[in-house]
Amino acid sequence: MVDTLIDISLLAFLAVTAIAIIKIRNLFVVIMLFGIFSLHSAGLFVVMDAADVAFTEAAVGAGISSILMLATLALTKDHEEKQPAHHARIPLLVVLITGAALVYGTYDIPSFGDPDSPAQQHVKPYYIEHSVEETGTANVVTAVLASYRGYDTLGEITVIFTAGIGVMLLIGGRLFRRSKNGDER
Amino acid sequence: MKHNLILRFIAKFLFPVIALFAFYVQFHGDFGPGGGFQAGVILSVAFIFYALIFGLKTTEQVIPPQVLRVMASAGILIYAGTGVATMLMGGNFLDYNLLSQNPIAGQHLGILLIEVGVGITVYSVMLIIFFAFAEKGRP
Repeated sequence: MVDTLIDISLLAFLAVTAIAIIKIRNLFVVIMLFGIFSLHSAGLFVVMDAADVAFTEAAVGAGISSILMLATLALTKDHEEKQPAHHARIPLLVVLITGAALVYGTYDIPSFGDPDSPAQQHVKPYYIEHSVEETGTANVVTAVLASYRGYDTLGEITVIFTAGIGVMLLIGGRLFRRSKNGDER
Repeated sequence: MKHNLILRFIAKFLFPVIALFAFYVQFHGDFGPGGGFQAGVILSVAFIFYALIFGLKTTEQVIPPQVLRVMASAGILIYAGTGVATMLMGGNFLDYNLLSQNPIAGQHLGILLIEVGVGITVYSVMLIIFFAFAEKGRP
């Protein structure tokens, strides 16, 4: 009962925040709302017992990405330009059809926590049963991320590294050069 | 915000707390929620917080951007290097069992090493992105 109430209120907040993000044109407010949106998502992940995901969402989504977006905002204008007035019929139609297709698709999705769903049947039972004896790690999420799926995590880190290189090359300027005398220019 | 005594005091007080929490998340990831990724983000947030209060120049003296550039690469090298080390020992890439006599101890060591690599890279890349944008926005 309480769980359902928490679920409903969190999802309602999520929907309200999403609508506000679409409506509001002041980008500073939008960034703050993005942070609130992430925090609500983190709350939902906690309700679904995904503590690791919630942790990441709260730290990255609500924390650092807000700061980085604010830093970006300092370089641009903080007000979104008004959209030109035009008929929204065709976009509306596309959105309605896509939405209907997605809702239709949800009928085939197994319900939350269904033990017979493919996600629970494949390698998950093996990880849950053997991760402690094979890796000695109490947190099965860490065992999967760092040991069983080490390749994927290496790939993720490479993605983050690439993002850093991209930002450094595009707007890093003199900040990351080895010499400050300018002889490398 | 150079002359705001309260903010400066709070920042000096909170910085070690946030940093300590980041290290807790880093090294307690085997048992609780968290790991290198979250720890790196939290540690970089501590430095960004410091930069917001004390200014970019001071923070660049605390952690020079050139060092960050090296650290970002070092983290990924630690990760991939662990994999190469296991290959040199005659196993598969990232097969931690070979890192020690006891497979479980090897797994512990391997997970610790790659989590440290993840933490270092995430920490430095987050700060690199923040520094790049903040530097650009500075008048």
